Amino acid sequence: MRRLFFILPLLCLAALVVLFWRGLDPARDPSSLPSVLIGKKIAAVNLPGLGGRPGINTAEFAGDVTVLNFFASWCAPCRAEHPLIQELKAMPGVRVVGITFKDAPADSEKYLAELGDPYAAIGVDETGRAGMEFGLTGVPETYVIDRDGIIRYRLAQPLDPGRLKDELQPLLLELTQ
Amino acid sequence: MKRWPSIVLLLCLFAGAALALPSPPALAQSAQPDQPLADPVLEARARQLMKDVRCVVCQAQSIAESDAGIASDMRKLIRVEIAAGKSDEEIRRFLADRYGDFVLFKPPFKISTALLWAGPFLLLAMGAVTMVLFFRRRARAPAPATLSAEEMRRVTAALQGEPEPATRPTHGSGA
Repeated sequence: MRRLFFILPLLCLAALVVLFWRGLDPARDPSSLPSVLIGKKIAAVNLPGLGGRPGINTAEFAGDVTVLNFFASWCAPCRAEHPLIQELKAMPGVRVVGITFKDAPADSEKYLAELGDPYAAIGVDETGRAGMEFGLTGVPETYVIDRDGIIRYRLAQPLDPGRLKDELQPLLLELTQ
Repeated sequence: MKRWPSIVLLLCLFAGAALALPSPPALAQSAQPDQPLADPVLEARARQLMKDVRCVVCQAQSIAESDAGIASDMRKLIRVEIAAGKSDEEIRRFLADRYGDFVLFKPPFKISTALLWAGPFLLLAMGAVTMVLFFRRRARAPAPATLSAEEMRRVTAALQGEPEPATRPTHGSGA
């Protein structure tokens, strides 16, 4: 009994040390939210196409491995990640599609004319309602959807070369096998 | 080896300081451009619900007080859904299904949130148990023994400065 009075504060201290140690981890982003949608079926979203391109109907995703990229012309990080999205397009068996998030179609067109268009289909989400179906917190955001229409990956920040190589490409290779 | 407790202490202090650092200043409150619902009863319900939904960008604010674009979208969504006759519970579930329970300031009671809800009561109970054990132990401790008549006499004698005949060593030299 007496020993408990010594051990308990020590245990509390140990718990705090662990807590603080984790808080000091520079790789930890306390504001990032884990997506609750990973492993779940993709939401039913049907969006008109941008400027005569095919639109987005998530019911048609089945049978393909899809990379879905939310972007907007007003979003600077989207510009930064754009070349990497174009690289993804080169992967065999992968369908890269986009959704413009709260962007005027004319601005989106200008953006694509300037930077290139890697998307097989582009849906226009002018109100942001479709983004909400995906639990979108901002642009850019990138999702990987497998052949069964299950969300397998979500990146709620711009794609960078490291993540492309270490996370996205291996996953896509595995899914397209 | 003796240095490491102080290193741990220092680490704790640093961690505490990092936690206490001021967060970025809150954005100035601006007038909300959102259109309120025509029906004041429904609008009141919508406002109440907005206070209960966390802004997923700023996270410390509810969408009722946040200026983030996504918060404005969510306010719009809440108004649209309420006008369409959805219940508060349905709207909460819609948001929680997409953004996780984190989006609600009052998350539902589940296995994963059990500690969050029960934690304070658990701590209170632990404190109560500790206190009960502590006082019980004190009550059970043997009471200080009272002095016997002989001991009392010796103590009084000692206090009065009288020599104690029985215990005082004698050296045979006389007083």
